[in-house]
Amino acid sequence: MAVTELLPEAAEEKPPSQLGQRLTNAAVPIGTAITLLLIWQFGVRFFEVPTYIAPAPTDVLAVFRDRFDILATNFWPTFTISVAGFFAGNLAAILIAVTFVHSRAAERAFFPIAVFINTIPILAIAPILVLIFGPGMTSKVVIAGLICFFPTLVNMVRGLQSVSPQTLELARILSASKSEIFWKMRLPSSMPFLFSALKIAATTCVIGAIVSEWIGANVGLGALIIDSTFNFRSPMLYATVFMSSGLSVLLFSLVTITEKLVVRW
Amino acid sequence: MDGTTNTGGRSIAATLTGASVKFGSFTALSNISLEIGEGQFWTILGPSGCGKSTMLRLVSDLLPPADGTVEILGKSTEAARLAREFAFVFQDATLLPWRTALKNVELPLEMGRKRGIPIPQGDRTPMELLELVGLKGRENALPHELSGGMRQRVAIARALVCQPKLLLMDEPFGALDEMTRDRLNMQLLEIWRETGVTCLFVTHSIPEAVLLGQKVLMLRAHPGRVKEVVDINLPEPRAVDLRETAEFNEYSSYLRKSLEDC
Repeated sequence: MAVTELLPEAAEEKPPSQLGQRLTNAAVPIGTAITLLLIWQFGVRFFEVPTYIAPAPTDVLAVFRDRFDILATNFWPTFTISVAGFFAGNLAAILIAVTFVHSRAAERAFFPIAVFINTIPILAIAPILVLIFGPGMTSKVVIAGLICFFPTLVNMVRGLQSVSPQTLELARILSASKSEIFWKMRLPSSMPFLFSALKIAATTCVIGAIVSEWIGANVGLGALIIDSTFNFRSPMLYATVFMSSGLSVLLFSLVTITEKLVVRW
Repeated sequence: MDGTTNTGGRSIAATLTGASVKFGSFTALSNISLEIGEGQFWTILGPSGCGKSTMLRLVSDLLPPADGTVEILGKSTEAARLAREFAFVFQDATLLPWRTALKNVELPLEMGRKRGIPIPQGDRTPMELLELVGLKGRENALPHELSGGMRQRVAIARALVCQPKLLLMDEPFGALDEMTRDRLNMQLLEIWRETGVTCLFVTHSIPEAVLLGQKVLMLRAHPGRVKEVVDINLPEPRAVDLRETAEFNEYSSYLRKSLEDC
């Protein structure tokens, strides 16, 4: 409540210049992007670059207009895998972080293993996971989840430990139990740390999902990328790439909005 | 002179008997013996590293005594902690940043539920306490929306919520500017007079020690031990302009000299 009450005050300080500043801030990157697209469009046409090597932006736009059904059909499986992987990987990371914070022994035993798993490139471990979990949905979700896992684990451990020594002294004077300290102090303290990890995870889970679809999938943006590449359908390939990054932006925005609602301090 | 400095016949809030605190082989406090009468206002002065904060942590059961005993209202420090007989105000307000001022004041009523003793409810509600410290209307503000002085006042309201008998304060106004500090000093004295709470107040400011304290406990360093206890007989109720009086300056210069040959 208090935050929303204070916001108008802050906005009233200098409204005209702030709006102008915002427009300028938005105009510069948009202008640059449009200029680059124009250079690309005319460059491709002027040098007569074949479409399969580099399609013009208008060719890619044409795919979005004419073949959007194909893009949409392949978007949803990837979306599902990304979101499922996001939740599975982060949930596992959060639970393990909670265990680490409460047990030094568990941290000492398992943290090096977590580091080791993180050092294996996702492309190298993905086929192994497909062998273990089969070519279905499970292996794909595990791959997408695994890529989210490590940054969240590290950040969550740091977040749970970020309670100040004085706050812990206060808890002791109040004779607080371990669970009270966890729910009322450690967990809320960790939220800013958790959300910076979730922002990383929002984009990496899409990478994981696409990589998982490269290995034996016949639907999904990852499968469409492989298919378009092998068939020299470059405009479709480019459109798929834009769909993939659109998915990342969508998930990132959802996490950012959630953060604004949760972390108000 | 003013009748409150005399402990004879009054009950004792805290007793330290030959109490020592050791960190490994380092002796932080050695052989401290004190009787703090109920309702008194003690300030603690001493060179840095003399164990002023350590003494508060000893009394508040955050540190165990290596030797000797500490009793609060005739109970062990642990029993006193469980019964919420004392409260602590830290140098930093130590508010939970995601809780509003009111929610921060209510924190002691929510924590320590599993310790088997009902949480004592003070006479004043958290809302009334915020009013007492002059923060009426800001109860829904988050800590980052409050000034340093306001945050410290929330911390004081939080300390009073279970109506403690003993208030332990570790340089609570040390990080504030002088004007704010003066105002909060006067507000604290008002709260002290109104609630009758016993105060143990660590400071490194001699004027603050004289202005607030009925008794000034001077500690000496390496190892920390009691140098002397100085009775401050200044007219009550104390006011800021007391600092311009000759008596006040006498106490200040006496304490300054005492501090120098610690």
